[in-house]
Amino acid sequence: MSVMKRLSGIVQAKTNKLLDKAEDPRESLDLSYQKQLESLQKVRRSVADVTTAKKRIELQASQLQTQADKLQSQAKAALTQGNEDLAREALARRAALADQLTELETQHQQVQAQETKLIDTAQKLQTQVDSFRTKKETMKATYTAAEAQTKIGEAVSGISESMSDAGMSMQRAQDKIDGMQARAGAMDELLASGALTDLTNPVDDIQAQLDKASTTSAVDDQLAALKAEVAVGSAPPAAELPAAESGDAPS
Amino acid sequence: MIVRILGEGQYDIAGAESSVLEGLDSVLMEAVETGDESAFAAALDALIAEVRRTGTPVADDSFAPSDLVVPFSDSTLEETKGLLAEPGGETGSEDR
Repeated sequence: MSVMKRLSGIVQAKTNKLLDKAEDPRESLDLSYQKQLESLQKVRRSVADVTTAKKRIELQASQLQTQADKLQSQAKAALTQGNEDLAREALARRAALADQLTELETQHQQVQAQETKLIDTAQKLQTQVDSFRTKKETMKATYTAAEAQTKIGEAVSGISESMSDAGMSMQRAQDKIDGMQARAGAMDELLASGALTDLTNPVDDIQAQLDKASTTSAVDDQLAALKAEVAVGSAPPAAELPAAESGDAPS
Repeated sequence: MIVRILGEGQYDIAGAESSVLEGLDSVLMEAVETGDESAFAAALDALIAEVRRTGTPVADDSFAPSDLVVPFSDSTLEETKGLLAEPGGETGSEDR
């Protein structure tokens, strides 16, 4: 069996269908051109959608990165305070964020690839539409000439076959675009659902513990300084007392 | 003989050179039937190269029905299978 003969039969069938429908091929040509322009618009919108999805992923990645950096410095601060358990907790959370970042990176690559494909499709489609605009005028002129010479039959089936081909090309581009749009939409939903954001805004209990520890340590310092003063001089300056009193309670 | 490459245009191939094309065509068909993706891509490339090599592009203002039709040059195996399953394919092959 032959691919080329079978395809020829298929294109013929499409062409016959087209001929059955069309009253004047010149009108179908204009209609077909309109449809192509619409497709082009659709592709351009898809490009914009995918670019938005890409930017969202980038924003999320940068938020995650900030959070990871923060946890890193918190771990360091905890160690400085001698709180190894807290440092371990901070590092564990940081590791979880790193996993998410890797996942985001993978998704970024996918979206990037989609964007590239869509831009490429838009460019090809633009070329196709431009050339069709010229070609359809030629087709219309040929049809008009053939009509005048009563050679209309062959010209019509030839022109119609070209239109079938153009239609199949457009359908094909459209199918590809729909597929890409579906994937971009799924990605967008995933991002919007917040499935990826769980760890970006945790209640910062690590920072709370660090702050508490450093407050306590500041109070301890003040207390020690005060104790030293009290021990050295039996008459401390009155002005210093109110400040020291406020820090007195926790100890 | 007029051959159309889908999405590209028509080529006029002078009469008797079609035995090479027929050979390439059946290799392509075999690849479709066995589902061999890489064999399919290679066969399609070869077929299209042969049409371009031996044919003369048909002028834009000349419209004649094609005798043979070649799949889109960047077709996948899957896509071509789908296309061949469309109406007209079976009757087209039984006729000849």
